[in-house]
Amino acid sequence: MAPVPTERDLRLDLFRGIALWLIFLDHIPSNAVSWITIRNYGFSDATEIFVFISGYTAAFVYGRAMQENGFVVAAARVLKRAWQIYVAHVFLFAIYLAEIAYVSHSFDNPLFTEEMGVLDFMKNPDVTILEALFLKFKPVNMDILPLYIVLLLWFAPILWLLLRAPSIALIVSAALYSLMWYFDWNFEAYPSGTWAFNPYAWQLLFVFGAWCALGGAQKLTRWINSPVLISLAFAYLLFAFSIAMTWYFPRLGVYVPRFVGEAIYPIDKTNLDVLRILHFLSLAVITVWLVPSDWPALKSWVLWPAIVCGQHSLGIFCLGVFLSFAGHFVFTEVSNRVLTHVIVSISGIAIMVAAAVLISWYRVIERQGPGPRPPTIKTGYAEGDA
Amino acid sequence: MMRHLLFVLACLALASPAMAEQPAECRVAENLIEPNFALRQVARALTAKHLDILVLGAGSSLLPGADGSKDAYPARLQHALAEKLSGVEVKVTTDVKPKRSAADMAKSLPQALAIAKPALVVWQTGTVDAMQAGDPDQFSAALDRGINTARSAGADVVLINAQYSPRTESMIALGTYAENMRWVALQQEVPLFDRFGIMKLWSDLGTFDLRSATKKLDMAERVHDCIGRLLADLVVESAKPSVPQTEGGR
Repeated sequence: MAPVPTERDLRLDLFRGIALWLIFLDHIPSNAVSWITIRNYGFSDATEIFVFISGYTAAFVYGRAMQENGFVVAAARVLKRAWQIYVAHVFLFAIYLAEIAYVSHSFDNPLFTEEMGVLDFMKNPDVTILEALFLKFKPVNMDILPLYIVLLLWFAPILWLLLRAPSIALIVSAALYSLMWYFDWNFEAYPSGTWAFNPYAWQLLFVFGAWCALGGAQKLTRWINSPVLISLAFAYLLFAFSIAMTWYFPRLGVYVPRFVGEAIYPIDKTNLDVLRILHFLSLAVITVWLVPSDWPALKSWVLWPAIVCGQHSLGIFCLGVFLSFAGHFVFTEVSNRVLTHVIVSISGIAIMVAAAVLISWYRVIERQGPGPRPPTIKTGYAEGDA
Repeated sequence: MMRHLLFVLACLALASPAMAEQPAECRVAENLIEPNFALRQVARALTAKHLDILVLGAGSSLLPGADGSKDAYPARLQHALAEKLSGVEVKVTTDVKPKRSAADMAKSLPQALAIAKPALVVWQTGTVDAMQAGDPDQFSAALDRGINTARSAGADVVLINAQYSPRTESMIALGTYAENMRWVALQQEVPLFDRFGIMKLWSDLGTFDLRSATKKLDMAERVHDCIGRLLADLVVESAKPSVPQTEGGR
């Protein structure tokens, strides 16, 4: 069986924390501050980072549990985690309903009669709420948690395989990804269409993250540090950057040769386009090259706010979604000036950091509390969730 | 002091509708009009002094109320074109019904073309597809079908994307559909009227308060009037011989 590393890599928490901030900024529609986020400069965005690191940390936490306590205990813990995420998702849905209900009652501008049709589902809440509980009805920007739930439901057997035959597990995952493209597999959504994040596709990145955590990253070290690969990664990022510029300056679009355009478009986020994977991998290669795991700044106070957010990702993710609803509400109800965008964005991130600190503090006092210590907590991976 | 007075006078002059040929408020979005592809059928129709246009659209090409069809942008387009093109007989007909996806409209297009026989199809779409969260690939395919249908009937095409609607922004994910539409327009060499970008600019500059919870029609009418005028600019500019001639009509 492959050994599971015991030391948590703080870079994971750092970049997951940053991804959570970027997801928050991107989820506020028309947020002027979101021009800083990576989705504007290439093909992939914070979702790839979040899913990859979630796979990595899930393997790190539950891989050890599976080695020490066996398959059943680890699987039970994975399922408990999936349940927690489900509850969090339903909680967010309730908040979303409150926002929708407010808008549909207070807003009836004749210019937007067609757009207000999106609220028609409020006319039969019985069906809609049930479909939401079945994860079929998912409002905009509430797709990541259902994806995460499905990924965790599959995770115990995949983890079992990863611990025994990591290469085969990776091949199984890649085969599923390819079959998805071939057969157009996806989950059904309500009232029409399919899941915005196709679990058959996105599992590849999650499993790849898990594979890296269980020794894969070490196998790749020689490749990752090769100057050829780093140059290729830089070249690809540059290519993606130049294509991205044509989205903002459409006049540049005429310089994209037709065959290039035909080859790359549409860049499919739902099915995790290969171009997106390559973009994420290029970013990862360059990040690993630039930021070694013993980088002293990882222990400094400057990066600590992002690290603490990354260590409590579920709570902070949900808070981020809620804050993005609230931020959009401020933009429409209070002020839509750029200064407001900056203030809302900075305060949102500050609230996320404060909440992460609070969760850490709760962890500490719960461990100190009366009664026996929870048996699952072990030093080494106690800091931070899967 | 004198400078201040002049400034106030200038503002008054701009604010007075009688003074400005085109309302000043629309002009801020002028540079978003991109006549990057030639409308050859329109140019031909202008030489013949007779321009028929078909507006194919869904709910955001309509305004409610008794005067809705008179105040919505298709009628304002006709008005603005008639003003700009003296001596040319301009007629705009519409095939507009709410809640139609691009595929629905592509299906009803042949019939509308047979009746109207236009030199130009102005096609507003994208919002309903995004609301129904249909397959983005099929959305692109429907756009291609519609454009090819219009071209084989001897008509040019102008695409119009979704409106910028700040209140529903967090509920309708327009992104993919807008991107696919931009790409189809570029590939098919069809001018795209970026209604989203224009309305977003108006909203950012405070030209129109699109967040307003008003139930009254006056702002909606002014917005549609401005869209009609800017659309007329795009049509006229794209029909000028200076626009790069492309092979078009593939």
